[in-house]
Amino acid sequence: MSSTASTAPANAASSFLVVGERTNITGSPKFAKALKAGDWDACLAIAKQQVESGANIIDINVDEALIEGESTMVKFLNLIAAEPDISRVPVMVDSSKWTVLEAGLQCLQGKGIVNSISLKDGEAEFLRRAKLIMRYGAAAVVMAFDEQGQAATRDEKVRICTRAYRLLVDTLGFPPEDIIFDPNILTVATGIEEHNNYAVDFFEATRIIKATLPGAKVSGGVSNVSFSFRGNNPVREAIHTAFLYHAIREGMDMGIVNAGMLGNYDEIEPTLRLHVEDVLLNRRPDATDRLVKFADELKASQGGASKTELKEDLAWRNTPVEARLAHALVKGIDQFVEQDTEECRQKFARPLEIIEGPLMDGMRIVGDLFGAGKMFLPQVVKSARVMKRSVAYLTPFMEAEKARAFAAGEATRAQGKFLIATVKGDVHDIGKNIVGVVLACNNYEVTDLGVMVSCDKILAKAKELNVDLIGLSGLITPSLDEMVYVAKEMKRGGFTIPLLIGGATTSPAHAAVKIAPEYPGGVVHVLDASRVVNVVSSLLSPEQKPAFIAENTAKQERQREEFAARRNKRPLLPLAQARARKPTYDWATIDIPRPAFLGTRVYSSESGTGVSPVGSPASVPSLNAEPSTLNLGDIVAYIDWSPFFSAWELHGRFPQILEDVVVGVEAKKLFADAQKLLAQIVAEKRFTAKAIIGFWPGNAVGDDIEIYADESRTSVVTRFHQLRQQMDKPADQFNHCLADYLAPRDSGRLDYCGGFAVTAGHGVEEFAAEFRAKHDDYNAIMAQALGDRLAEALAELMHKKARDVCGYGQTENLPMEDLIREKYRGVRPAPGYPACPDHTEKPILFKLLGVEAATGITLTESCAMSPASSVSGWYFNHPDSKYFGVGKLGKDQVTDYAARKRQTVAEAEKWLGPYLDYDPS
Amino acid sequence: MSTPVQSPATPAAAHAARAAAFRALFAERIAILDGAMGSMIQTYTLEEADFRGTRFADFPHDLKGNNDLLCLTRPDIVEKIHADYFAAGADIVETNTFSSTSIGQADYKLEPIVTELNRAAVACARRAALAAEAATPGRHCFVAGAIGPLNRTLSMSPDVNRPDYRAVTWDHVVTAYSEQIRALLDAGVDALLVETIFDTLNSKAALFAIESIFDERGEASRVPVMISVTITDASGRTLSGQTIGAFYHSIRHAKPFSVGINCALGGQAMRPYVEELAKIAECYVTCYPNAGLPNAFGGYDETPADMAAVLGEFAASGFVNMVGGCCGSTPPHIAAIAQAVRSLPARRLHAPPRALRLSGLEPLLVA
Repeated sequence: MSSTASTAPANAASSFLVVGERTNITGSPKFAKALKAGDWDACLAIAKQQVESGANIIDINVDEALIEGESTMVKFLNLIAAEPDISRVPVMVDSSKWTVLEAGLQCLQGKGIVNSISLKDGEAEFLRRAKLIMRYGAAAVVMAFDEQGQAATRDEKVRICTRAYRLLVDTLGFPPEDIIFDPNILTVATGIEEHNNYAVDFFEATRIIKATLPGAKVSGGVSNVSFSFRGNNPVREAIHTAFLYHAIREGMDMGIVNAGMLGNYDEIEPTLRLHVEDVLLNRRPDATDRLVKFADELKASQGGASKTELKEDLAWRNTPVEARLAHALVKGIDQFVEQDTEECRQKFARPLEIIEGPLMDGMRIVGDLFGAGKMFLPQVVKSARVMKRSVAYLTPFMEAEKARAFAAGEATRAQGKFLIATVKGDVHDIGKNIVGVVLACNNYEVTDLGVMVSCDKILAKAKELNVDLIGLSGLITPSLDEMVYVAKEMKRGGFTIPLLIGGATTSPAHAAVKIAPEYPGGVVHVLDASRVVNVVSSLLSPEQKPAFIAENTAKQERQREEFAARRNKRPLLPLAQARARKPTYDWATIDIPRPAFLGTRVYSSESGTGVSPVGSPASVPSLNAEPSTLNLGDIVAYIDWSPFFSAWELHGRFPQILEDVVVGVEAKKLFADAQKLLAQIVAEKRFTAKAIIGFWPGNAVGDDIEIYADESRTSVVTRFHQLRQQMDKPADQFNHCLADYLAPRDSGRLDYCGGFAVTAGHGVEEFAAEFRAKHDDYNAIMAQALGDRLAEALAELMHKKARDVCGYGQTENLPMEDLIREKYRGVRPAPGYPACPDHTEKPILFKLLGVEAATGITLTESCAMSPASSVSGWYFNHPDSKYFGVGKLGKDQVTDYAARKRQTVAEAEKWLGPYLDYDPS
Repeated sequence: MSTPVQSPATPAAAHAARAAAFRALFAERIAILDGAMGSMIQTYTLEEADFRGTRFADFPHDLKGNNDLLCLTRPDIVEKIHADYFAAGADIVETNTFSSTSIGQADYKLEPIVTELNRAAVACARRAALAAEAATPGRHCFVAGAIGPLNRTLSMSPDVNRPDYRAVTWDHVVTAYSEQIRALLDAGVDALLVETIFDTLNSKAALFAIESIFDERGEASRVPVMISVTITDASGRTLSGQTIGAFYHSIRHAKPFSVGINCALGGQAMRPYVEELAKIAECYVTCYPNAGLPNAFGGYDETPADMAAVLGEFAASGFVNMVGGCCGSTPPHIAAIAQAVRSLPARRLHAPPRALRLSGLEPLLVA
């Protein structure tokens, strides 16, 4: 194959296949830009160019939060099918989403490759997907990933690949030759000692896989290995070339590579090759340092200044002040910002010129880099911190000038006025704050009304300020209805400005189906903060607005059609039938642990610090008058960090995310900053943790749970009301309901139900406010995000205590990471979440536990907990208990539920809105 | 009444016995497939009323030309044509179901009777098969369920200005084929023959449907899956642009019982592609060409002797395991072809080295 010989290293086996990476959105900024712009001709040109330049296979990946993966993949593959110059080679359909992979498979007439599947989601899902891949007639890239995570060492790689191979070949009859292992090429020379052997691990794993798993192939993403040397292409090229030289010798069959960054092994400058191979082959402990030093020298000798950030380089301080400000903004360095701003002020005639000039220039660079995926949210927020400091410094000067301007009769106006609020009943605002900061950075005048803002207040303020846009945020499901209400009121109030919708529970579908029809002025769902500037600038540009609105409307129309089609597709089971399909347990023999205490116990990190103990809850007397001690430091150990990164819009699992090709470097910095602030929070006891847990005798009666005053079961204290899945499932699956996890009353067995409420939120807002006062949104958001993590960690810690109280926890003997992954017996579902979506169970739980008196957590009218960093729920001990989603509910169940709960049907429908399978109106 | 096949006690046992005999046939010699159905129907010069019968006398849509419908309205003719092919020496006849899918029948607004059409077609063929077996004790006569192409394709846009547009979706195609396949299997075909493939992606959807139905019904439900592609022009590519090697890589996952080439070109023009298939395929190889290319009057010019010479040469070269005819061929053609290959050995199966076999429009083999 002459085409490969020209791109693969000259000494490599001639059969090495080059998988072109340039039609991978994460591998090619040019492709990403063209795809986002819908410039299909440019996308096709890139695909064609890489086939022409020798790619044997083209990798196609359109994974990007703002792109609808399935339809984009289908459209691009269909377009490629019409281009014989491209479609002559096989396609590697690449996505982290199975649905995108499957949509792609349905477009390939040839035999392609799926990239990828793994054991990450468990054996059953792995085999299900593999079976479908066989049926579609494709080969599969199998990542060395399992339920525990990504394999880093040789032995882990070999173990996981062997397990996957045996499952595929023995269980499924998957053709061994159609298995392509990707044993993870990880970054070396990171400065972290454990990473030094990563290349050797890959080489050795490749050799063993090829020798012991007959037929299987080995592939990998090569650029990852040299990620530490971004910006230094000569060194990266040498690393890739040498890496492939060794990997191919061990049997690597193909690789996703940038063909333009491969050279000839024999032509690598000998000293460079020595240093590179010292690193790759882990030949000496100081290999990384030596290569870094050599790389810097090499770079310097080639004329360019070193870009490596390993040493603090203050050379930029010698540049003109405008360049220094831009540099500080892009790099997020706030150390010199006030002195530089003052220097600028001396130089410029008006303070506004500094904002509109050097500061905005810098922020434009930041915006461009962010838009192109070259900067990530934590960096942007740091840049914003610099910007805000500078603006804060200039503000008094501008006020003075404004006063003069006002006197002279001039008007000043920012790019646009944006009003943002978290809706009534909801207290969550991390995402909203991020959006506010990002917009403010882009010179929009942002008015943030805060959390729990009523509709009339939002609309009154919008009129008063004559804003150009309103943005609503919310995290809990009742907020969705509140947003619908705001939309209706905007229509009634004669508003015509666009309404933006964002927040964790919101979705494009909900915005299209429920909100947009209520307000003709334009309702736009904004997926995340990185999207908001584009949306806002399009909406405020008279030229772009009509097309943007038209596209948005068309998209929403499509979503409504899809929603209608989906709803008609699979009818729900009637409630009686769903109940008949509940799981059956042998209640005579099932293990029901009796908790070591009944009633409640209170815990606080304030205990023993001289603060007066909180009172006992009202309904059930607490056994301990004084709260037990909680230690913030102990809670930290229970933190699950993955959601922390999600909050910052860095997606991936911890700790692998720290090594991620794309976001790893930023994730590391963010993590380091978080650790620093966390240490301060713990040392200075900035947050107060409080918790209450309780256990009561209880039994299931139908789908309800009865709580008894004592074990004689003579007096019912209260009832919890649960909902049952009604989706039509395969015959071997059950329709679950949380009540199934307690022994039914007529079983004769006495069972026990638990409950808890925890908070780490006292002190969070105060701490965040201190940062905001210093124009430091970065640390303000960080403080809130850490509050949330601590609350979740405290819930995990208390659940451990609860399991110990029930006995079985004392023998579970699980390492911390398994505790965080909830690999133990028992569940703690929270009202308002998928297993029990009704938030109004929370007041019942709160009353039973006496939450408010014990912990200071209160409920808003939407049943959101305040402070926001709080968690509450039930404990179930049943050995088979698990988390599930109730899914859509039929009118029959809602009617039944309302009757059980003594609510009107309309009231139940209001709270269960997003879960209704029917239109209640 | 005694049947020539050793009459097993149950339908399942009868099915198993026929399946074994089918495999034995291919293991033993070159199998003979029938010839054209459409060309034979044309010889009866049927009118609209024949197609309608009494059942569809008042049907609001023209039905003339819907050959598959004759299984219901003129089963006598369909059965007679099958009988004539068995009499000419065919081992296997194809059911008259080339267009019996909801997509194919949409042209006639007959989507609701697709299941019925397929069942009736199998019944016609099976009656002819049983009669032929009864006439010659010890003889095995088989029925292959014909699964034709669709007039809507998944790989190509019907609109040159919208290259990404498709007139049909994968799910739609799978659903349409599934309906046909279930009916054919329920009615007891001995094999499924996905044929006259000009868009590989459509055929992959048919193969996906077949595998899904086998999987859902259990191992015992499996019948041999035969696949036959059409090379539309002298460049040696399918209409959707694949070379024969790329095509084979694309359908190999279905573990076909046989793969081959039919229709379009006359036999002689197919030779290099049959030869290539014979080289790369791990399964049986088949060929049933047209009786040459259509002439100016829509007829076919190759005589039985012409076709027999070409296919006889393929057999002598060791390329084929089954031969027969497509458009323009008649029972005399099949008799001549059967005669020509009778004394020649079937192509031997071989196992090519294990390799990752990928394809776009062209094949890519990774050893």
